[in-house]
Amino acid sequence: MGNILAIAHKELRAYFASPIAWVILGLFALLFGYFFYAFLVLFVRQSMQMGQMGMGGQTVNVNLYMIRPLLQNATVIMLFVLPMITMRTYSEEKRSGTMELLLTSPVTDLQIIVGKFIGALALYAAMLLVTAIYVSLLFVYGNPEWRPVLTGYLGLLLLGGCFISVGLLVSSMTRNQIVAGMATFGVFLMLWVISWIADFSGPTTRTVVLYLSITEHFDDFAKGIIDTKHLVYYLSFITFGLFLTAKAVDSERWRG
Amino acid sequence: MIEVQHLTKRYARITAVEDVTFRVERGEILGFLGPNGAGKTTTMRILTGFMPASEGSAVVAGFDVFDQPLEAKRRTGYLPESPPLYPDMTVREYLDFVARIKGVPARERRARVDGAMERTRVADVRDRHCGKLSKGYRQRVGLAQAILHNPEVLILDEPTAGLDPKQIIETRELIKSMAGDHTIILSTHILPEVSQTCQRVIIINKGRVVAVDSPANLTRRLRGSEMLYVQIDAAGADARSALERLPGVTRVAETDRHDGGVGFEIETSRGHDIRRELARVVVNQGWGLLELRSSGMSLEQIFLHLTTEEKPAEVQHG
Repeated sequence: MGNILAIAHKELRAYFASPIAWVILGLFALLFGYFFYAFLVLFVRQSMQMGQMGMGGQTVNVNLYMIRPLLQNATVIMLFVLPMITMRTYSEEKRSGTMELLLTSPVTDLQIIVGKFIGALALYAAMLLVTAIYVSLLFVYGNPEWRPVLTGYLGLLLLGGCFISVGLLVSSMTRNQIVAGMATFGVFLMLWVISWIADFSGPTTRTVVLYLSITEHFDDFAKGIIDTKHLVYYLSFITFGLFLTAKAVDSERWRG
Repeated sequence: MIEVQHLTKRYARITAVEDVTFRVERGEILGFLGPNGAGKTTTMRILTGFMPASEGSAVVAGFDVFDQPLEAKRRTGYLPESPPLYPDMTVREYLDFVARIKGVPARERRARVDGAMERTRVADVRDRHCGKLSKGYRQRVGLAQAILHNPEVLILDEPTAGLDPKQIIETRELIKSMAGDHTIILSTHILPEVSQTCQRVIIINKGRVVAVDSPANLTRRLRGSEMLYVQIDAAGADARSALERLPGVTRVAETDRHDGGVGFEIETSRGHDIRRELARVVVNQGWGLLELRSSGMSLEQIFLHLTTEEKPAEVQHG
């Protein structure tokens, strides 16, 4: 455990010692802020329309019309940002030769992988924390339900975990950061759009494709539902990603 | 302390190391000598557990590097060819991180880091970023990293590469001062380094061990014959034939002549030390002895001799 934390700590320090973390956090805050603004304007307009239509007594649900689409759209930004976080994890160590330090130290491959995973996840959590500032404004001026917000964040965290595990795997296979980043982005996008064909395919394909889609599993979290089906999907996805990374590192070692 | 047996490493197309066997005793400094691409780094990478061998075994500090890698790694300090530094970390942060993953207990960490910085003389750059250090400092921070957890075995891949002459001497002194309680393997292609630092040398070429011995023995053993240089005064034309008559002498060549002194190079067959007889002859003949020394092959010559030797063409089957 000490080794895992040492590596996670080192990873996090590397993000924050270089401009990576600051650029990512800053840009993310900016983009998310714009999303927030856009949805807020839309929401206010919808509320006013409802009022004019004589339903003054009723208010539009903040959770349904504001927070849920906001969190769902936050995943779009993740799609672009997470490859930038994960692309350096292994590629940089390989290129700079520090991989030799890690692999000749008394730590296991798994400890290194989990440490890196936690490090990246912590940066990702910091990003989510930035969004929480915006969302908490809604609690100040409105009266949303907090439970769906929490499940929504849990969903985001799990979704990001999946992306990070894929990112680690891709990064462990190349010395080139650009290649790692681009390939990770490709895989993410594929996992994203895989459900698009669902509507035009037969029942079997439809089921498979929907199950594979990384975003389909997020919707229930955004609605405030924690379904074990989705938990199992995300957790097994992450485990499998980390397992494949371990295999990739090990096979690299054998090939030399 | 280190026992390597029949170590072989094959990559997809080439065999980097083939059937390498050697052992290093506790407290010994072993030099690993060979041209670039001879298999030095590969052997070291196997010993440190960076990569597995295709065949053979390696035991470091009593633990097989393949079966008990963590135990072996705990007892090994390794300086790779290029120091494994994180450019964005300061020297202190970096060494602190290394101490953590090497398993140095939390309360000793600070003292160990300070001690290692002291010994490798990098304390004055402790708060500089590793990426901004000069080559000499980078190399020494790499060395600090290797000795940090006080390992029983030190494996140093070209520890003096990129250092200036003063730093080279300092580093050699540091390495020598660590022998005794540490067992050290260092690789180099700088030959004087081996004769100055190491008690034993392995010369490796094309993945095979071509010689193992002490630098002095190696020089002696690999000379097919012994060589002497003698310069005498007032010698006549018969000097050469007088020298040739000495027992064991196979060849006498006049090399230089100035101010009445004549220099001869005398080759004798192996095991014949003719210095006493030679001196007696010179005195009996009434010549003046100006100089007498043994002129062995330098390590350079031996190295070249061993690594550029033409091999008989092998018969290819199939």
